[in-house]
Amino acid sequence: MLLVQFLLLSSVLFCIGIYGVLARKNGVMVLMSIELILNAVNINFVAFGTMTNNIAGEVFALFVIAIAAAEVGVGLAIILLIFRNRNSIDLSSVDSLKG
Amino acid sequence: MVALSAFTGDAPTSLIQAGGWFLEKAWIIPALPAISFVLILFFGKRMKYKGAELGIVSIAVAFIFAVCCAGQWIGQVNNADSHVEHQKQHQEEKHLDDSHNDGDHHETLSEEIQGTYSNELELASGQDLTVFAAAEEDDGHDAVGIKPVVERFTWWESGGRTFQVGIMVDGLAVMMLFVVTAISLLVHIYSTEYVAGDRRYTHYFAFLSLFSSSMLFFVISENVLQAIVGWELVGVCSFALIGHWWEEKPNSDAALKAFLTNRVGDIGLLIGMSILFWSAGSWSIIEINNAAINHEIGHSTLLVASLCLTAAVMSKSGQFILHTWLPDAMAGPTPVSALIHAATMVVAGIYMVARLYGVFFEGYDIAGSSFNILALVGSVTLVGAGLLAFVQDDIKKVLAYSTVSQLGYMVMALGVGAWTAAVFHLFTHAFFKAGLFLGAGSVSHAVHSFDMKKSMGGMRKFMPTTYKTFVVCTIALMGLPPLAGFWSKDEILVGTGGWGMFGGTGGNGTYVFALVMGIIGAALTCAYMTRVIYLTFFGEFRGDTHGHGDPQESGKRITIPLVILAAMATGAGFLNLPVGFLSGSKSGWQERFGHYVEPVATYFPPIAHGTPSWSLAIFSTVVALIGVSAAGYYFFIKVNAQSPASTELANGLTEKNRIAKAGHTILKQKYYLDHLYTDVIANGTKGPVADAIYWTNQKGIDEAVNQVGKQTARVSTFVYEKIDQNMVDGVVNLSGRASEGLGETTRTIIQRGKIHQYAAIMFAATTILAGLLIVFV
Repeated sequence: MLLVQFLLLSSVLFCIGIYGVLARKNGVMVLMSIELILNAVNINFVAFGTMTNNIAGEVFALFVIAIAAAEVGVGLAIILLIFRNRNSIDLSSVDSLKG
Repeated sequence: MVALSAFTGDAPTSLIQAGGWFLEKAWIIPALPAISFVLILFFGKRMKYKGAELGIVSIAVAFIFAVCCAGQWIGQVNNADSHVEHQKQHQEEKHLDDSHNDGDHHETLSEEIQGTYSNELELASGQDLTVFAAAEEDDGHDAVGIKPVVERFTWWESGGRTFQVGIMVDGLAVMMLFVVTAISLLVHIYSTEYVAGDRRYTHYFAFLSLFSSSMLFFVISENVLQAIVGWELVGVCSFALIGHWWEEKPNSDAALKAFLTNRVGDIGLLIGMSILFWSAGSWSIIEINNAAINHEIGHSTLLVASLCLTAAVMSKSGQFILHTWLPDAMAGPTPVSALIHAATMVVAGIYMVARLYGVFFEGYDIAGSSFNILALVGSVTLVGAGLLAFVQDDIKKVLAYSTVSQLGYMVMALGVGAWTAAVFHLFTHAFFKAGLFLGAGSVSHAVHSFDMKKSMGGMRKFMPTTYKTFVVCTIALMGLPPLAGFWSKDEILVGTGGWGMFGGTGGNGTYVFALVMGIIGAALTCAYMTRVIYLTFFGEFRGDTHGHGDPQESGKRITIPLVILAAMATGAGFLNLPVGFLSGSKSGWQERFGHYVEPVATYFPPIAHGTPSWSLAIFSTVVALIGVSAAGYYFFIKVNAQSPASTELANGLTEKNRIAKAGHTILKQKYYLDHLYTDVIANGTKGPVADAIYWTNQKGIDEAVNQVGKQTARVSTFVYEKIDQNMVDGVVNLSGRASEGLGETTRTIIQRGKIHQYAAIMFAATTILAGLLIVFV
């Protein structure tokens, strides 16, 4: 019963994250939404790890957090450069790589 | 000797196998000049004497081998004879013992010997050297057969038939090996001076070697297939040597004429040999002869084969009506004429008949007959060519017609069954005719012409050696005793058997026509040779040496061969003195040639031998002397009296008498045979045939080719336009366009650079994959 609540929480967080990635045009907001998705996953890892008494879930969550930090660092740097070039961080206008 | 009477026939009562190193290795003799041919071609020009030394050395060694072969063969025959003597004594003793007993014992002995005879025939095939019983024939030939030396190996196999190549050496082959190498050696030596400085000196010696090699190869052929190869090779060499100076049109024409005329006969050769092969089932000369003699081949088959082969003899040995190439072949260098067109190549036809004599003997029914094609051809040739020799001004052409005439003697002799006489005449004729040709060459070497009337006359003062040898050879050719020609010619006349009026006996039939023609030919030969002697060596010199003074005698390398040949022309006849000459028994020198050369074996037909007759010999000599005196009176007395420089009487018979003039014209035109061949036959067929072929070519072949071309073009156009352009290209273009369209669509719809869209697609795909994972796993 306890597990279901954790899973529901993580699902809600995941959906909010997806919505943010798809609907928001602000680059910073998109990055924050990706953080939400990753944290939803982390909740799942920890919940399953605790339930099965397996330390691997928590360890995996720690790795994800570390990688997410790196990812946010790179992502913020890209957004910063986009802003410097265009005076905007509207991602819908960043389409110079179109086919 | 009652018991042995059953075997006194012509068939040998026993066979012994001849052997000996030189006889078994006789293939070396043709191989030597063949090697020399290749070496001269490749290295001749760089050698000191331009390759002549190679040719001379190889033929000299071949000559020594041939002499050794002859020695061994004679040894074999003597060996057989001594066995006969031994056996005879043995039988005599037995006979004395038997005479005390009753008649039954004789029958036992007869059976006994019959048994050994048949056993021996089987043993003989197994290389057995044992000698068995012998008996004396009625006509003086020992009935001990000597199996020829046969060495052979398989050349190739096809369709279950084995084709072999090998050697067959018996008395006839040994004799020919000796003649060919001897004449060839002398001609080689003579040529070093005669063609010295020639532009194709090396080439000339290479072909002399090849010619000698091919002739020797032909001579020792074990089977007829091999003989055909040798026969054709000889023809090719003849072509090359006649056309030696091909820059001048008449020479190359003469070479072509010789080659093409020979082709006519060669068709006969191929057909005849094929008939023999299919009827006898073997290419082997011995087996073909055996099949013919034992009547295993039908008579009409043999007759057809003989007729075909006679055509080959007519072309190769220059018999009427295919003789026309031989006089023209004098366009070649004189030593070549001596070697090829007198002594060796033209006798290939004679040799072929002598080799396959069983076929001819049975095919033409020579025994007991009085007429056959071979005798007719020979008789007509010997008189016809003798007449033609009268009107030639070119000394070599006179000798060429003389050769044709003498070959006629040989063919006639074979036709009447006088085998030994024909082969003996071949032997003696080779020496004196080679001597005459080389003598004529020596004269022309001095005066640079062959025209007796314009460039010669009185040569005996300038060229004594040539003169003497030429006269000796001439007397030999005339057939006056005691020189070589007399013995061989007389033997031929004896062999005709048509001489009842001379009180002789024997012979294979009564060939009166052949005898009459033979005697007329003897008179003609004497007359035209007297004319040659007068025009060349007597009277006044009519030539022009262009300020070089009198003509000079030729050098040693020319005169020494002449002297040797003259000596042979004098002595060769004594090798076969007739039985009954000088003493009553057949011993010493009597019939030696025939004894060693004539095969006494199963493959040789049972020919009968005529007994010589003094009256015939005297009559033919008188006729010959009449020929000499008639021509001598005309030239030496009447023409010489008119003027020593003249060559004929100003008011002679041909001027006064219309018939004589017409005859002279016919002879001058060589019986119009050349006109018949070139104008009537060649041109007559050439035009219509050419037209027909042109029409066929234009209307038939070209039309067909054109139609094929046009139709191909149409089909190609259709294929190009319809299939290639529309279908193949269409498919290719379609796939291109489809890819292009797909790419365009993808680019404009999906890859628009919108990150949200990419992300949405990624999530959608992930969702779908997750859904699939849940549903299916």
